[in-house]
Amino acid sequence: MKKIERKGEVIFSSYKRGEAIHKAISMKREDILFEIRESKLKGRGGAGFPTSTKWMLVSAAQADQKYIVCNADEGEPGTFKDRVLLLEYPELVFDGMVVAAYTIGAKNGIVYLRGEYEYMLNSLEGYLDEMRKDNLLGKNICGKEGFDFDIIIRLGSGAYVCGEETALIESLEGNRGEARNRPPYPVNTGFMGKPTTVNNVETFAVVSHIVIKGGEWYKKLGTDKSTGSKLFSVSGDCDKPGVYELPWGTKISELLEIVGAKNTKAVQVGGASGICIPKSQFDRTLAYEDATTGGSIMIFNEERDLLHVLKNFMEFFVEESCGQCTPCRIGNVKLLEGVEMIEKGKFTFHHINNLKELGKSMQVASKCGLGQSSPNPFISILENFREEIFNGNGGIHGK
Amino acid sequence: MESKEKLRAPISQKPHVVEKPKDPSYIGGTISIEINEKKLSVPLGTTILEACKEYGIHVPTLCYHEDLCMAGVCRVCVVEVEGMRTLQASCAFPITAPIKIKTSTPMVRKARRHIIDLMLSEHSGECYSCIRNSNCELQKLAKEYGVDHYTFGHVDKPRYEVDNSSYSVIRDMSKCVLCKRCVRTCIDLQEVGVLESLDRGRETHIGTFLDKPLSDVICINCGQCINRCPTAALRANDPSDEIWNAIDDPNKHVVIQTAPSPRAAIGEEFGLPAGTSMTRQMNTALKRIGFDRVFDTNTTADLTIIEEGTELVIRLYKALVKKEQVSLPQFTSCSPGWVKYLEHYYPEYIDNLSSAKSPQQMFGALIKTFYAEKTGIDPANIVSVAVMPCSAKKFECNRPEMNDSGYKDVDYGLTTRELAQMIKEAGIHLPEMPKGDFDSPFGEASGAGLIFGATGGVMEAAIRSIVEFVTGKKAEDVFEKANIIPLRGFDGIKYMEIPIGNEVGTVPDILKHLVPDWNWLKGATLKVAVAHGTANAKKIMDDIKAGGKFSECHFIEFMACPGGCLGGGGQPIPTTPEIRKKRAQAIYAEDESLVVRKSHENPYVIRLYEEFLKEGPCGHKSHKLLHTHYIKRGRYIA
Ligand SMILES: Cc1cc2nc3c(=O)[nH]c(=O)nc-3n(C[C@H](O)[C@H](O)[C@H](O)COP(=O)(O)O)c2cc1C
Ligand code: SF4
Ligand code: SF4
Ligand code: SF4
Ligand code: SF4
Ligand code: FES
Repeated sequence: MKKIERKGEVIFSSYKRGEAIHKAISMKREDILFEIRESKLKGRGGAGFPTSTKWMLVSAAQADQKYIVCNADEGEPGTFKDRVLLLEYPELVFDGMVVAAYTIGAKNGIVYLRGEYEYMLNSLEGYLDEMRKDNLLGKNICGKEGFDFDIIIRLGSGAYVCGEETALIESLEGNRGEARNRPPYPVNTGFMGKPTTVNNVETFAVVSHIVIKGGEWYKKLGTDKSTGSKLFSVSGDCDKPGVYELPWGTKISELLEIVGAKNTKAVQVGGASGICIPKSQFDRTLAYEDATTGGSIMIFNEERDLLHVLKNFMEFFVEESCGQCTPCRIGNVKLLEGVEMIEKGKFTFHHINNLKELGKSMQVASKCGLGQSSPNPFISILENFREEIFNGNGGIHGK
Repeated sequence: MESKEKLRAPISQKPHVVEKPKDPSYIGGTISIEINEKKLSVPLGTTILEACKEYGIHVPTLCYHEDLCMAGVCRVCVVEVEGMRTLQASCAFPITAPIKIKTSTPMVRKARRHIIDLMLSEHSGECYSCIRNSNCELQKLAKEYGVDHYTFGHVDKPRYEVDNSSYSVIRDMSKCVLCKRCVRTCIDLQEVGVLESLDRGRETHIGTFLDKPLSDVICINCGQCINRCPTAALRANDPSDEIWNAIDDPNKHVVIQTAPSPRAAIGEEFGLPAGTSMTRQMNTALKRIGFDRVFDTNTTADLTIIEEGTELVIRLYKALVKKEQVSLPQFTSCSPGWVKYLEHYYPEYIDNLSSAKSPQQMFGALIKTFYAEKTGIDPANIVSVAVMPCSAKKFECNRPEMNDSGYKDVDYGLTTRELAQMIKEAGIHLPEMPKGDFDSPFGEASGAGLIFGATGGVMEAAIRSIVEFVTGKKAEDVFEKANIIPLRGFDGIKYMEIPIGNEVGTVPDILKHLVPDWNWLKGATLKVAVAHGTANAKKIMDDIKAGGKFSECHFIEFMACPGGCLGGGGQPIPTTPEIRKKRAQAIYAEDESLVVRKSHENPYVIRLYEEFLKEGPCGHKSHKLLHTHYIKRGRYIA
């Protein structure tokens, strides 16, 4: 498949390697935090937590060690924007990590790289070596007395849940990838029990630009609650799938136009755990406050069987649940069974409604984001595509 | 590759808790919260569950256990916290800010019911054919939430094969609700870590290394996982059918020995409060069930003290006087869970283990020799049962070397729970039984044998005797009422120094063949330690390895189970710190009420040495029958 990317105004704008680091070390830490707060940058990994708040909490925590973790697990189906960043713009990502280290006072950085991206490992290691040679990493970085920081890369274990930040930390510590209880949060008790900030690849990349151009500049783009731009990984039924940088607040219909999608029936925003949006709602905007996503946009045209799509999603969750908490481990199985019942016409609406209610309980009672969001496609597809899914089939009672 | 050392069990779920302030009265040490609109203040770091408990609000739980670190996995304890999008697991939520909690909103109730429904949908079992019927936390939850049908269906076939490879623990994973209590128990309390979550998603299950049968991995058979399992997924390997058969067989002479801990706990199975001693009622009940003789294991506990104490004297004499190379400190060997732990994890210390058998096995060997001779019963027709608080005793009596009588020394190890079941089956309500006595030729034992049941008890019994032997003083003159308080209580590790002083007594007759006098102990200080729960044992062992303070000890008591035998893996379920405390109180109270409270004063033990073990403690015959050897098993399995 041809990947076409659209040059955007922020992330894909021009940037010189090391630029952000040089700028940062000439600034006071508070000023960097201030700029990031001004920019209203929210995490790009999906949860949308304000980056400045996270960094402030880590920088305020008292500890002999702090860690910067770059979440490059990119396991969400339909997402590949972090791969593009790492392959083509590593300077943005790594510089952003160095800026973060300077800001919060960390000496060690870890990139948790998706297992399937092992092929990048050599080039990334090489890139880090270059940075060390140029004193962008190492001791007294760029001559800044006492600013020591280095980055290591660790390969992920291949489980989707390891992208969840606390499961990621468990995995880094050599344990089974299972989400931790929160609170307390990683900002206080993260990797090895030390204050840790986990951020998405894209978040770091954006930081590099914000440090240079300022928060005020950044928030001119996007909406009030979703400032700046976002990388979207667009896949599915369109002419030009690929990674696009678009401002937050872009309408779904606009995006469809840009990527050359025709006869679109539905758009799955936010990957397998996102929501499925029908044609009638294509004027909704891509934004944290409306249709939010960590990047994944999947386009389905009229020919797609959405029940089948839903089944794939649910099979994914049944397999990828870490299995520690009841609502997610068993709940997803029940939702999948529900889909299969519909497939065979052996269902009752009473039971399907029970399953929807179950989905709502899973959303609030699961231990981590996986189980909390896995019912999203089930609920949204059954609600938004009722006609198609049931297609006049009344189930066992035939009504 | 990680180093072999690193392959040890990980700590299951690091607590990730907020440390509570030692003194909550300092500023910021307490936090004002609201539960169901009631205002109250709690110390910083209190969990929501603890706060609710404190104020009398019931929150259902399943994966939570008082003895264990939190897991937050079952999610039945969820509550609403104002301002948070999702529900919070109250057992795993430390309070660090003023919050408003609601414990019974529609969303909360619905989520809890859904969770219970989900667990039931995957749970293969029928309560009426289940060992945990009426004592099952899943069943209780279902009742509490009024479950009267399966909303999300119900499995019709078991998902997993039952693993009954172990002499001690049977695993029926089709009944497992994945609360991970067993995992946390095995790792955090026992530092063994043979149980772990395996696979992901719907395939997630609790398994052993490479899903091997339990008998093939380094399980120490302590059964602590059974005691904390909320369901029947883990249970002991129950021999009661065979025992019934033996009882019903007129050609068999069926005897039972009863350990000190079951009597302090069996009442719980009949609805009595923890800490109600049932010694004499049990004697009657056992007779009525059909056991031909009822013996008191405490007798051989007393014998163990004499043998083990003598062994210690020999070791010390060799070390201090003859300057020979001997292994010190000497470790107790009456806890078969501990023995196996050492065999696996510290095989290089095998010589430190006392060669004395456990009281159960000593009794076994004596019943099929001494008792058989005395009564003229063919040992081949004797069936020897031991009621024990312990699941490891089942493994112990099946160790191939335990047949010094020429027969299997102990035929069956029966747990307290299983005995209670047999008593119920016989239509007997234990608390209503008239009191009965133990049978001869062993009869009444000493209080020293009795306190074997509590952590520190073996050491206390040993010290009572050793002090009297060596100093010639009465134990009562050295310790008030002969109670050695520093060795009691539930601190994980206890340590004590006993100065011998400059006055020594004369060597008692039974030791005369071993040491000429006690002058060599003048001015010496006896250093002893006690550990319970193998996690604590590990701490001591690592200290010894590193040449720390415990390497200078002379004698160390190790019990595999937290609390000692009274917290054993065969004891009534549930187990909590409070319950174990009550059981200990019962044991110590009974000890104080007895006339004979020192092992060497037990008249039956004295008679045994006169009539049967004529060469005295550690003599030839006692070596043959009462001592054993161990196996260097190591940590890695083939
Ligand atoms: C199941 C699950 C998978 C996740 N996978 C990823 C991932 O692959 N990459 C990522 O950056 N964040 C992922 N997240 C979000 C992270 O938990 C975390 O919020 C994020 O790394 C924080 O970075 P940010 O603040 O920069 O967004 C995942 C979350 C969940 C619940
Ligand atoms: S929600 Fe799913 S992935 Fe998350 S902890 Fe629970 S079982 Fe694991
Ligand atoms: S484990 Fe509990 S719920 Fe399951 S069958 Fe047994 S008693 Fe019933
Ligand atoms: S019996 Fe003891 S060692 Fe064996 S699995 Fe259970 S807790 Fe672990
Ligand atoms: S075996 Fe028992 S204790 Fe272990 S996870 Fe299953 S239900 Fe819980
Ligand atoms: S009891 Fe709190 S999550 Fe299980």
